[in-house]
Amino acid sequence: MSSVNLKSPEVVIREIRLGSITGFQGNAENLVKKSHSGTLEDAPRSFSQCTGCSSGQAFCQLCMIPDAAVINHAPIGCMGDANGFNFVYRVGQMERRLPASSGRYFSSNIGESDTIFGGTETLRNAIQTVFERVYPHAIFVTTSCASGITGDDVESVTNEMTEKLKIPVVACFCEGFKSKIWTTGFDSAYHAIVRGIVKPPKQKTNRVNIINFWGSHIFDSLLHRLGYEPQYVVAFSTIGELEHISEAAASIQVCQTLGTYLGAALEQVYGVPEIKTSPGYGIAGTDEWLRELGTVLDRRDEVEKIIAEGHERVLPELVKWRERFKGKTAFVTAGAAHGHALIAVLRELGFEVKGAAIFHHDPVYDNGCAQADMLARDVKDYGDIQNFNVCNKQAFELVNLLRRTKPDIFIARHGGMTVWGAKLGIPTLLIGDEQLSFGYDGILRYAERIAETLDNTEFVTNLAKHSTMPYTKWWLEQDPYAFLGGDMIVESY
Amino acid sequence: MERTVTTQAAVKKSSSIAQVRYVCAMGASHTVSAIPGAIPIVHCGPGCADKQFINVAFYNGFQGGGYGGGAVVPSTNFSEKEVVFGGAERLHELIESSLKILNADLFVVLTGCIPDIVGDNVPAVVGEFQKQGIPIVAAETGGFHGNNFIGHETVMQAIIDQYVGDYSDPKEQGTVNVFSLIPYQNTFWRGDLAELKRILKGIGLKVNILFGSGCAGVREWKEIPKAQFNLVASPWLGISTAKYLEEKYNQPFLHLPTIPIGAKETSAFLRRVGDFAGLKKNRVEKFIQDEEDAYYRYLEDFSDFYAEYWWGLPATFATVGDSAYNLALSRFLVNQLGLIPAKQIITDNPPEQYREFIRNEYRHLATDVSAKAEFEEDGYVINEKLRHTDFGHKPPIIFGTTWERDLAKELKGSVIEVGFPASYEVVLNRSYIGYRGALSLLEKIFTTVVSSSA
Repeated sequence: MSSVNLKSPEVVIREIRLGSITGFQGNAENLVKKSHSGTLEDAPRSFSQCTGCSSGQAFCQLCMIPDAAVINHAPIGCMGDANGFNFVYRVGQMERRLPASSGRYFSSNIGESDTIFGGTETLRNAIQTVFERVYPHAIFVTTSCASGITGDDVESVTNEMTEKLKIPVVACFCEGFKSKIWTTGFDSAYHAIVRGIVKPPKQKTNRVNIINFWGSHIFDSLLHRLGYEPQYVVAFSTIGELEHISEAAASIQVCQTLGTYLGAALEQVYGVPEIKTSPGYGIAGTDEWLRELGTVLDRRDEVEKIIAEGHERVLPELVKWRERFKGKTAFVTAGAAHGHALIAVLRELGFEVKGAAIFHHDPVYDNGCAQADMLARDVKDYGDIQNFNVCNKQAFELVNLLRRTKPDIFIARHGGMTVWGAKLGIPTLLIGDEQLSFGYDGILRYAERIAETLDNTEFVTNLAKHSTMPYTKWWLEQDPYAFLGGDMIVESY
Repeated sequence: MERTVTTQAAVKKSSSIAQVRYVCAMGASHTVSAIPGAIPIVHCGPGCADKQFINVAFYNGFQGGGYGGGAVVPSTNFSEKEVVFGGAERLHELIESSLKILNADLFVVLTGCIPDIVGDNVPAVVGEFQKQGIPIVAAETGGFHGNNFIGHETVMQAIIDQYVGDYSDPKEQGTVNVFSLIPYQNTFWRGDLAELKRILKGIGLKVNILFGSGCAGVREWKEIPKAQFNLVASPWLGISTAKYLEEKYNQPFLHLPTIPIGAKETSAFLRRVGDFAGLKKNRVEKFIQDEEDAYYRYLEDFSDFYAEYWWGLPATFATVGDSAYNLALSRFLVNQLGLIPAKQIITDNPPEQYREFIRNEYRHLATDVSAKAEFEEDGYVINEKLRHTDFGHKPPIIFGTTWERDLAKELKGSVIEVGFPASYEVVLNRSYIGYRGALSLLEKIFTTVVSSSA
């Protein structure tokens, strides 16, 4: 278990805190064994393609707080992700029937002279300007490679401006080069929120934190039935609401890759219990998750009823879907915990998962709880998975693997990777709503989307006949892991 | 939550930027992936290339990564270790493996902030491969040097200098190299460059368009020195490269600041190019005649709508965008649709030396119409300027980006997304320029206007 230290401005990166890795080849069972015995080692690559970085993930969380403003202390290109996240933010507003407005995202716009003489004055001016222009309830300052290397003392500036402006101005340290596990950026954002926004609890409430991206509000009816109120964090929570997440009765994780640090921080610092067992994906997984929820919320009897009703409602339908998907195969690419969750759902539906390219692996989460490991649950409930590749969006390995495994469907959770399935003529499904497949009914919702995808092969079949491939014939004939670990490596990356 | 500033004088200039409208110099990796068969290699932090791709090429017309862009781009993904000890060795290893794994006719190594700050000797690393005859060049594009417009010229000149090389043989009369719109950043570049090539070919030129599907790849870049002349069709972008070529290959250039939209502008444009190139007049005129015949038949049919649509058409417009599209649209809307320019905001941060020239172009938009060009990149100030513009009594039409959507609603007007970011447009080969593009533009403008009545 890692210990949360709110005195430190920076969060410890995942490589050190959790022992996380970005390179592995083999089978899932072996990965789980190594993870649980503390013998997991990273395998470096001598060829690598562009990946995400911490600053993008930190921004991903902070940019959806409607009454805050975010300043990226960086050259303009680092704020290149503003319009993409603004798009997601606006879709979320529509889904929640909120008035349309653009995110309040700013770049301090560091130039050549800031990299020579330091950029703290530029940052100070940016904070002052943003405050006067949009009157936010808090300002988050995300850092960059450039500001980190030139050594700007961002923490001093934000402390000084907090005092001056009388609103929280919070530094979020998320320089891309510091960690090759970009989800460290989630931890950075949560560290900033817990350090700078969350207040000690005054009273306990019947609210339950749901640490999620921006997915649908599927927990409302469940929690209401148990006598609790959902508080979806961080997206679309206000600063005022975030101040009180320390008062919640519990925290729910939909994806520990996202919420590991926030869940642990709220429990360690403020005693908010985290539902630690792996999230409710698949039948057995949902049973166990609900029981843990019932225990923590003291609603064991009601939860047993919910489980019985769920089985009655879903199992007969599930039989039909399994019949329909009999003999079908799938390949999954996604972030870690959610990828493991998708694997569970696919196998529940009767798919053979022929392989996976999962962006990183956390051998343990911040809560230190072995039951939290979704991949271990996959292996336990449904058996081993071959071709289990830990690969941080390395499309070259993915394409090679897809050509070999030839799945009937390719399931993805992130952009940039999905297109390779289509180019190879494989029906491909990308779902942005991480909650869609959660729980008993999630399995059925997901089954419908899969069936739609499998039924429509016309576009990809035709595309595959005419698409181009930048990879050499040589490479496509090599072992997909030829550039991972082994003799070809000079240095560790 | 947002407090409205009541007078324009209250808007303070700041070096910070809200609502980004361009990316950094390294975003010129898109300049490379716009050349068929070329692949960028980026020497930078993790995230640099990915972020810019997702925004410049995805949430901007949903253009896609193409052959060698997007998720394909090899990257050194700097870690703490390279920051401390330098990343040259890592770059060397990455280039070696890229040569094995990827099929490319040309690799271009672009640097990000980190190697430019820590001082990696990238030309030395790339030079080793160049000595072995491998088609690869290096460009210094650290983000703090400037934006992707600047990076675009840096990359073009790096390719010419390090890959195209020296040439002193005779020129090919009737061949032109075209420097115009910036690929990917300009949402419609694919269709627009195709139209530009079509019309220049139409008057009898052999055209090196250099980017997009109409380009023959790096083979075409090798032909650059042979061309009779260079055509810069944009207010400022490309001038620096044309001057560089003038010196390097003794090649003259013709600078036409307005990318032509509509028959009037396009025919005038072609005549000027024809004159400069010394093309046969009758060939030029024949092409113009044929194009105009087709164009005006469509326009005549459209005139029923234009004359009889009784629920009101916009009378005033604003343009918010890079100087090339901004000027081209302004001239078309004023000269060929008779709309009144109310606010012209240029957002690509043109170098200081070109600004007076650009201002002057707006002063003479038409013989009787003068407009004022304002240079501004900060979305907050842009919003305030638009909010305080007098658009008269009818709802205005704003030619801008996704960032102007809410403001257009507030002003009860319409927005046509014509530049980065255009997140609510799906663009394949649509063009808004030349003869054919102008017709698509008319369709877009008036479909938007008509749609707002339901």
